[in-house]
Amino acid sequence: MLSLKLAFKNLIGAGLRTWLNVFVLSLAFVIIIWHKGMLDGWDRQARTDMIAWECGGGQYWQQNYDPYDPFTLTESHAAMPGDAISKEKDGKLLPILISQGSIYPGGRIQSVLIKGIVPSQKILAIPSVVLDTGITEIPVLIGQHMAKANRLKIGDVFSMRWRTSSGAFDAADARVVRIFRSSVPSVDGGQLWVSLPTLQKMLNMPGQATLLVTSQGTINPVTFNGWKFKDLDFLLMDVTNIIKAKSASGVVLWFILLLLAMLAIFDTQVLSIFRRQKEIGTCVALGMTKGQVIRLFTVEGAMHSVFAIILAMAWGTPLLYLQATKGISMPVNSQDFGISMADVLYPVYSLGLVVTTTLIVFVTTTIVSFLPSRKIAKMNPTDAIRGKIK
Amino acid sequence: MENSQIIKITELVKDFPVGTGSFRALDHINLSFGKGEFAGLVGPSGSGKTTLLNIMGSLDTPSQGEVKVLDFNVGELSARESATLRKSKLGFIFQSYNLLPVYTVYENVEFPLLLLEFTAQERKKMVLDALEWVGLTPKMKSKPNMLSGGECQRVAIARAMVKKPMIVLADEPTANLDAENSHHILRTMEKLNRELNTSFLFATHDEKVISYLKRRIVLADGKVEIDEKTAITK
Repeated sequence: MLSLKLAFKNLIGAGLRTWLNVFVLSLAFVIIIWHKGMLDGWDRQARTDMIAWECGGGQYWQQNYDPYDPFTLTESHAAMPGDAISKEKDGKLLPILISQGSIYPGGRIQSVLIKGIVPSQKILAIPSVVLDTGITEIPVLIGQHMAKANRLKIGDVFSMRWRTSSGAFDAADARVVRIFRSSVPSVDGGQLWVSLPTLQKMLNMPGQATLLVTSQGTINPVTFNGWKFKDLDFLLMDVTNIIKAKSASGVVLWFILLLLAMLAIFDTQVLSIFRRQKEIGTCVALGMTKGQVIRLFTVEGAMHSVFAIILAMAWGTPLLYLQATKGISMPVNSQDFGISMADVLYPVYSLGLVVTTTLIVFVTTTIVSFLPSRKIAKMNPTDAIRGKIK
Repeated sequence: MENSQIIKITELVKDFPVGTGSFRALDHINLSFGKGEFAGLVGPSGSGKTTLLNIMGSLDTPSQGEVKVLDFNVGELSARESATLRKSKLGFIFQSYNLLPVYTVYENVEFPLLLLEFTAQERKKMVLDALEWVGLTPKMKSKPNMLSGGECQRVAIARAMVKKPMIVLADEPTANLDAENSHHILRTMEKLNRELNTSFLFATHDEKVISYLKRRIVLADGKVEIDEKTAITK
């Protein structure tokens, strides 16, 4: 208690020197929380959006399907199992059929994935209901990045070509009925969404599908012969790994920030011990043990982090709150990034994040304050009183 | 140790290592001090007076011999026991005041009482009393850098006296003061010695201080040359 009281007085008495350190430390403190909050926000947004737009509660893959090998697509379709059909009727399963094709917007050729989806489905956020329309062309739904890349807009008509199950080429005109916005590139870039019955008819694959997307919250999925269930851990593995890699590189940033702040504290402590030899000697003469003086200097150093936390709360809380509510516009196009990234990211600052960062900063500051303070133990008080220590 | 004796020094030797050899700062000193003494260790620089004062203040330890301060054998005390002795029984006054620069006059005087864990109420009364003894009540909110040298030394005296110690050890207390301030603080210490019966032991070569001493111990090359009661000549 005495150490706290004296340390507080000493720090306040030191004036500008204290506040400079406190500011640097508060800067490190806020940036660490902000950076981690950004990654957590990105992680949460990516997972939420991928679940909502693509993964649902997990997917059954036809056993030949491999999304990373386009050559498997011609073999990656099968009739839906009987149990799956009843689940689809209950709205718990969504069949998706995938085929390769080409489109010819404005006279250019573009390879695409044609995906058939049930228009009335409610499992994914894709606005498939617009596909249920009676127009002469094939109604297609595309994402904004696909639209931008091919300069397509709602109402545009273009030629579309595909191969049927027998290997014959077929073609028809398609019309863009809606352009949706999604942060999930794998439902947008290079993809056309058409009605499942339409695609099954186009490909001559009645009742067949490539994927069966389960509704969110699916637990203990049943086994379908010839289909492999992929849970969310598997489906979100890419995004998890990228966030992990980003977090690892974030540690480097943390380390640099902490290092800068700790260097300031360490430097202050060393200078302080050198400049305050007389004070140390006087404290010992007045009855403090060297241990008490070491504790006093350590508490003084550690108290920088307490002040920094208060200062960081004062200027950091409104700033971080603003970012958490208004979001941060991302300068890069999410398609360029290759994984789900919204145009506006909302950082997530959890209590755990704040408490952990506070503890890390506090403990590190205390250790850094203690290290130079050990020099006091080697001081001869009679020399210290006269400020004669070299 | 007799009841009236507060310090007893027997065959005290203090050696300091110098290079591969050693330097003998105190050479077989035998002295004793009674309660309420106003005595001084007198001698030129290097005579060993500050070393002796530091040992009596348990800031340093003897190389040989025995120094008993208030029945505590300084050479055998642990660091914690030494600190307790200094904290509760001894007061120090230094040549360069050694006030804590970021504290006010009041806080500087209060500091030893914080270490002794007096209550806030007790501390306030004792600090105000001490400041009144040295006549610095009006400046209690000032910081040391706003005070003159004489005022700083009076704060140091108040800080040394606030806990009413048995012994005050003063190392060259007037070295940085002009004649007027020197006489002022010496008169203050003399008054406190008289009124509170606190023993004052000085290390000095200042004639002004010597003129106030009731006992003069002359040291030369680490040995006691003269130990005499003196008639006050001020």
